[in-house]
Amino acid sequence: MLNRQGRPTQAGAAAHAEHATFTGNKALQQIEPLIFEIGHHEATGVDIEKPAPFKSRLGKHARQGEIGLPGLSEPETMRHYVRLSQKNYGIDTGLFPLGSCTMKHNARLNEKMARLPGFSDVHPLQPLSTVPGALELMLDLARYLMTLTGMPAVALSPKAGAHGEACGMMAIKAAIEAKGEGATRNVVLVPESAHGTNPATAALIGFSVKAVPARPDGTVSVEDVKALLGPDIAAIMLTNPNTCGIFEPQIVEIAAAMHEAGAYFYCDGANFNAIVGKARPGDLGVDAMHINLHKTFSTPHGGGGPGAGPVVLSERLAPYAPVPFIHVEDDGRLHLIETREAAPAGNKPFGRMTAFHGQMGMYVRALAYMLSHGSDGMRQASEDAVLNANYIRAGLADLMSLPFPDHPSMHEVLFDDEWLKGTGVSTLDFAKAMIDEGYHPMTVYFPLVVHGAMLIEPTESESKATLDLFIATLRDLAMAAKGNDKERFTSAPHHAPIRRLDETRAARQPVLKWEKPAPAKAAE
Amino acid sequence: MRYLPLTDTDREDMLARIGVSDIDALFSDVPAGKLLKAPVDLPRAKGELEVERILGRMSAKNMAAGSVPFFVGAGAYKHHVPATVDHLIQRSEFLTSYTPYQPEIAQGTLQYLFEFQTQVAALTGMEVANASMYDGSTGTAEAVLMAHRVTKRRKAVLSGGLHPHYTAVVNTLSEMANDETVVLKPDVSASEDILSQIDDSVSCVVVQSPDVFGNLRDLKPIAEKAHAHGALLIAVFTEVVSLGAVTPPGAQDADIVVGEGQSIGNALNFGGPYVGLFAAKSKYIRQMPGRLCGETVDSQGQRGFVLTLSTREQHIRRDKATSNICTNSGLCVLAFTIHMTLLGQAGFTRLAEVNHANAVKLAGMLAGVTGVSVLNESFFNEFTVKLPKPAAEVVEALAQKGILAGVPVSRLMPDAGLDDLLLVASTEVNTDDDRAAFAKALAEVL
Repeated sequence: MLNRQGRPTQAGAAAHAEHATFTGNKALQQIEPLIFEIGHHEATGVDIEKPAPFKSRLGKHARQGEIGLPGLSEPETMRHYVRLSQKNYGIDTGLFPLGSCTMKHNARLNEKMARLPGFSDVHPLQPLSTVPGALELMLDLARYLMTLTGMPAVALSPKAGAHGEACGMMAIKAAIEAKGEGATRNVVLVPESAHGTNPATAALIGFSVKAVPARPDGTVSVEDVKALLGPDIAAIMLTNPNTCGIFEPQIVEIAAAMHEAGAYFYCDGANFNAIVGKARPGDLGVDAMHINLHKTFSTPHGGGGPGAGPVVLSERLAPYAPVPFIHVEDDGRLHLIETREAAPAGNKPFGRMTAFHGQMGMYVRALAYMLSHGSDGMRQASEDAVLNANYIRAGLADLMSLPFPDHPSMHEVLFDDEWLKGTGVSTLDFAKAMIDEGYHPMTVYFPLVVHGAMLIEPTESESKATLDLFIATLRDLAMAAKGNDKERFTSAPHHAPIRRLDETRAARQPVLKWEKPAPAKAAE
Repeated sequence: MRYLPLTDTDREDMLARIGVSDIDALFSDVPAGKLLKAPVDLPRAKGELEVERILGRMSAKNMAAGSVPFFVGAGAYKHHVPATVDHLIQRSEFLTSYTPYQPEIAQGTLQYLFEFQTQVAALTGMEVANASMYDGSTGTAEAVLMAHRVTKRRKAVLSGGLHPHYTAVVNTLSEMANDETVVLKPDVSASEDILSQIDDSVSCVVVQSPDVFGNLRDLKPIAEKAHAHGALLIAVFTEVVSLGAVTPPGAQDADIVVGEGQSIGNALNFGGPYVGLFAAKSKYIRQMPGRLCGETVDSQGQRGFVLTLSTREQHIRRDKATSNICTNSGLCVLAFTIHMTLLGQAGFTRLAEVNHANAVKLAGMLAGVTGVSVLNESFFNEFTVKLPKPAAEVVEALAQKGILAGVPVSRLMPDAGLDDLLLVASTEVNTDDDRAAFAKALAEVL
């Protein structure tokens, strides 16, 4: 396909035999150029009337020259982005068994509720007297989160899981500084199996990081933690259920050991969906935990964001929660505390995490989801998520290798690549072959403590029939990998919009934006 | 429990296949006594209709921007979003997809990220842009940290014209990491002497234009002095539409440009989700935070897109990473990119022109109200007016009359002694009738 400049829109497209058609397209597989290749600087898909003549107040700051942006008409825009959407796999397309990154049903009711004008069309700095319903919603969400976690306080404003981690660790740092130990208590323990965000967050907040070894059974032991404890230890960042899909059996002892040593217990709540309504982090000794609303309470991932990462806090950390927060006045009226100075007595906010009040759009979706499920439904959802993961485990354990067979899997089941030894098929090859079978691959090569990890999380959204078919497909693939069908894997995917991509080239010669082709080339 | 497909029979069959007697056998690692015996104390499951009633009632208690004459800005702006935008972002394959870690079946997401990066680079006049940050304020804090990495210094100078919430976010991170910030006093006339703050100890200077009071600022002399001392200029904007009318920061030699992209394609949402724009000179790409999408080819030589340069990121570098961020504002980016594609250069420039024209008209009308004066020499679509009364009282009185009049400066900076100042924004959504109603009501309450 040639663009308006006569340039092929697809590198190598002309030479590619499978696409040797006049347009470069093949049946319904459309090659979609970039907007910069089909758009035009005069084209527009909006009708905005020219204003009547007026005297500019831009002064000497008026823009000179072109911006260099193409436009498309409305129908062209519609087609362009619909075609792009068709090159994507989403949870509505089929099973999305990503471990560690829950992909569950995204109820469209939640989308509808978030678009109510009283939520979507209100400004964060409108007079508070004009937004009582928005404050009420935030307070209700806070109450749900505190009840489900058994924690006395929550900071709503963090905008993603990693932002929530930063919030929790800042509250811990503020509490340590308030005790006068800021200079000496500056090391954070992070297990080897942790999410990469954990050590990165600790470092961002000014802590240094010490690793806790992983036990052969995939858990963290209280003895290993105790051996590292000292007056310099500020906190531990522990994921529970952990990234191997196991509930840490010694979590209560670990929390107690931290507290005894004058340190805090940060829990990475990324896998909270396994235990909602079944166990409360507050009962386990947690001081701070972020909750990925987009994972646990099903706000859509939307290609990787936006997220929302509220943080629940223990009694000891509650006073340090950041601004803004909602304060219930004695007469029951809701007030928003927006600066440190305005905080009521007893509150010592460590600061502000973001310009406004956080991800209101996500709050509405999450609360709609919680209201729909109710306390009974949320408990059932966790049980079903755990049941589904163990059902997949039971269906595959004779063919694929389990690194940690001694613990039940929680909401996700972890395999390693021991069973692929000698086949010439790697974990990545196996994942790409799943695409040809119509599935999104599982999470691969994470957690790092397991060689060639494959982490599968079906969630509660899947029916038994879907799981049975998935198990049968993976069994078939596993047999093929163990047979001599290596080529099927190493050249996969064959039935995707595009074949396997050269990621090394992208990193070695970064091309991060479209550049206008040189005039000589365009004339070719 | 309409979202749960398993039946009780399924559950029994599955437990039998797993080989356990009941579901709690799978929770055997939870310490004794910590497993809850019954659901927590919250309401039970509700049908769709009931959920709509509950949330509908809450929504109705709020005054929606579109239902009244509306002039509130200060970091978030009400603009018209074409119907096409919201339709497209709700397509399942966009809405319900995940981070594109499997690029072969995520080309839709990756291609629009690449389009977005190109659009943002063009708008800001910069060489490269990333695939977005959480919002403008967190992006600004990340830019300061990036400048610290680049210059190996730890002192940032923040203009008094920077949105106070942005300043607060930078301060939060800096205090935690024991970095230094120098914050200049708020200065409504934009006459602050920021140049004298720049010396060889400074890592970066952070200047917003249009600033929080609406003033357009000349960045070039600041960039020159910063560069002479080995420091970086971080240019900030909270209203991206302004870039259709004013000289972009890239043309003034800014090193890092950060801004809020909410104005294009995204609703007000009471503060979020928004979309942070982040661009820089290309020599700094390995120090940039956040996701990057890059072009490459597949095994057949066809063009495709992947997430790239991940060796900067937390999942590889752990505590040595450029930032702890592992996400972006994917869907908000998509809304931005689609709206921007619909506008094109022609539509975007016209949108900016209409915004400015409406603001100029409004400034003229408000200046005609007895006791009111407009303080800005130059502005884009937002400006500051001085009132003969505390602005918070005036805004409250106007809200009672069904007009959302702007942001009292005292709401943003309670201790600055600027209680009689009001920030007023006008966009393409205001009509002549809205402006007339505002001016009339203002005269009545003063």
